[in-house]
Amino acid sequence: MKITKVIATAAVCSGVAFSASAQAQELRLLTWGGYAPQPVIDLFEKETGIKVKVTLSNNEDMISKLRATRGAGFDLAQPSQDRVASAQQEFRIYKPVDMSKIDKSLYIQSMLKSTQDSTSVNGKTFGVPHVWGTSGLIVNTASGKSAYSFADLCSEDYKGKVSYRLKRPTLIAFAFDMGEDPFAAYDDPVKYEKILSKVEDRLVSCKGNVKAYWSGGDALINLLRSGEVTLAMGWDAGGWKLNKENKDINYVAPQSGALGWVDTFVLPAKGKNDEAAYQWINFVNRPEIAALITSSAGQFTASAGAAAFVEEGLSNSYKASFDQAALDNIKWYPPVPAGLETLEGKVLDRIKAAQ
Amino acid sequence: MSLTERWLSGKRVALFLLLMPLLLYLFFLILLPHLEILNISLRERVSYGVYEFSLGNYQAFFTEPLYWRTFLRTAVMSVLTTAITLVVAFPIAWYIAKVAQGKSRSVLFLACLIPFWVSELVRTYGWMILLRETGVISSLLQTLGLVDGPVEMLYNDVTVMVGLVYTSMLFMVVPLVSTLDGLDDSLVEAAYDLGGNGWHALKEVVIPYAMPGIVSGCIVVFMLTLGNYLTPTLLGGKDSLWFTEQIFTQFITRFNWEQGSAFGILLLVLSSLMVWLGLKLSRQSFTEAMGR
Repeated sequence: MKITKVIATAAVCSGVAFSASAQAQELRLLTWGGYAPQPVIDLFEKETGIKVKVTLSNNEDMISKLRATRGAGFDLAQPSQDRVASAQQEFRIYKPVDMSKIDKSLYIQSMLKSTQDSTSVNGKTFGVPHVWGTSGLIVNTASGKSAYSFADLCSEDYKGKVSYRLKRPTLIAFAFDMGEDPFAAYDDPVKYEKILSKVEDRLVSCKGNVKAYWSGGDALINLLRSGEVTLAMGWDAGGWKLNKENKDINYVAPQSGALGWVDTFVLPAKGKNDEAAYQWINFVNRPEIAALITSSAGQFTASAGAAAFVEEGLSNSYKASFDQAALDNIKWYPPVPAGLETLEGKVLDRIKAAQ
Repeated sequence: MSLTERWLSGKRVALFLLLMPLLLYLFFLILLPHLEILNISLRERVSYGVYEFSLGNYQAFFTEPLYWRTFLRTAVMSVLTTAITLVVAFPIAWYIAKVAQGKSRSVLFLACLIPFWVSELVRTYGWMILLRETGVISSLLQTLGLVDGPVEMLYNDVTVMVGLVYTSMLFMVVPLVSTLDGLDDSLVEAAYDLGGNGWHALKEVVIPYAMPGIVSGCIVVFMLTLGNYLTPTLLGGKDSLWFTEQIFTQFITRFNWEQGSAFGILLLVLSSLMVWLGLKLSRQSFTEAMGR
C-alpha cells in the first residue's frame, strides 16, 4: 500500500516536472515588422529560456484581432499610444501595466510620462512606450527643391507621381497643412467635421495626382525605388532605408511639421504570461538591444542610452531629415476619442469613391 | 412494436447518426455565424460598450449613395466577368470535350488546372509584375519601339476584369466539359444532315443541351467574382471599388462590425436574389443546374 503510494507520488511528480520542461515558456508577441528581429529573439531566449512567437500586424488589425477574442491569444501587443485608451474604453481588451515591474531608469523620461498619460483610463496606465517615429514626406530630391509641404502632394509638378495612404494620418496631415489644428478639435465633433470636409474637398480635387494609395511599407518602397512615384507621404524609416540605396531619395519633415507617433507595449486582457511580457519589455529597453531593434526597424526607441550604439549611416540620415526646429515642430498624436474614426471613415470612403 | 417498425426506427437512427457530422457542420459553421452576424447587424453603438436595436446600418446602405453604388458597380462588373468568362471558356471546353483525343485531352485539362496550384495572391502579383509601369510588358513595348514612354496598365477596370476572368476560368471550364462530354455526336451530325449550318447546330442542339452546365458555371463564377477581394483590390488600385472591400474596411479598419455585418447580410441577400433572377430568366432550376 505504502509502496504504491510512493510510486504514484513519484509518477505524479515526474509527470509535473516533465510537463513543465516540455512546456517551455512562450511569449506570444503581436507587433509590427522589424520590432522583434531574430537576433534579439535569440538573445532573449538564451538569457531567459523563453521562446518568443511573433505575429506581425498593424494598429487596426491588432485591435480587431484582440477585440474578436476579447483580449486572448497574445501576451503582449504594440498598438500606437493614441489608439490605446479608446480601444480599452470601448472593448476592454487590455489589462493595466504594473509600473513596479518596469525598469523606468532605461527610458527617455519625458516619453515615458507622456505615454503613461495618454494611455490612462480611470487612473490606470495601460501602455509604456517602445518605438517612436514620424510621418512626413519621402521625396526624390533630384529636382533640387529644398522645402517641402504636404500641399506638394497636390501640386501639378508631381502629377501621377504621388502616393499616400488612404488612412487617418493623411487627413490629419492635410488639415495641418491648411492651417487648421485637428488635434485641438478632437473633442469638438462639429468643428472636426468641418475641418474634415475641407480636407475631403482638397483630396478629391487632386486625386488625379495619385499613382496608387499604398497600404504596406514595402509596397511604398517599391513604388519609390522603381521611380514610379517621386513624392510620397510615408514613415521616416522607409525614407532612410531608401536613402541608403539612393542618395537622391530621403525623408523630409514638411513645413507644417512631421506627425509623431509612439508605439507602445500593452498587455492583452487574457494574456497568459505577464511575467515573460515584463521581462521582454525590460530586455528590449537595454541600450544595446534597443540599438539592434533600431537598425532592424530603422526606427528609434524610447530607450535613453541607445543613441550611442546606433550605426552611423542611420544617425546621419536622421540628422539630414531633422534639425532642431523640425524636431520641435513634430506634432504628436493625442489619444483619439471614440467616434472620430467613424467620421473619418466616411470621408475616406468618399475620397476613395470619387472619380 | 412489431419487428418491421423496430427495424425501421433503427434504420432512421442510423441515418440520423450518419447525417450528424453534416448537420453539426451546417449548424455550427454556417447557420450559427450567420445568425450572429444578423444579430450584430441589427444593433447600434450608443456609447462605450453599450448597444441598442436599430435598423440604422441597413438604412445607411440605402441612403448613402456611395455604398449602393459600390454594390451596383460590383454586381454589374461581376455579371460582365461571368459573360466574358463564358464566351472565352466555351470554345476551350468544346475543344477539350469533343475535339481533343486521349493524352492531349488530359494535358489540356491539366493546363487549365495548373495556374490554380499557386495561391490567388501569387497569381495576382504575377499580373502586377507584368502590367506595372516598370513591368515586363511595358519595357518590352519600349524596346520594340512601339511606345515612347512607359505605359501604366495597372489600376483600371479593364485590368481588374482581365484578372477576374483569369481567376474564374477553371470554374467555368469544368462544368462545361462535363456536360458537353455527354452530348452524343450524332445529334450534331443530325443537325447538319437536316440542312442546318454550324450556327444552327450550336443554337438548336449544343447550347440547349449544355444549358445546365452553362448555368451552374455561371452561378459559381458570378458568386466567386462577387465575393472576390484580392484581385479587384490589388489590380484596381486607387479607383477599385468592390463591395467585399467595403465589408473588410468596416470590420478591420473602422472597427464598425455592425455596419460590416449589415453589408455582409445585404451581399448575401442581394446576390441570392440575382442568382434566382438569372435562373428564372434562363428557365433553369437550381437543383438541375447544380446536379450536373
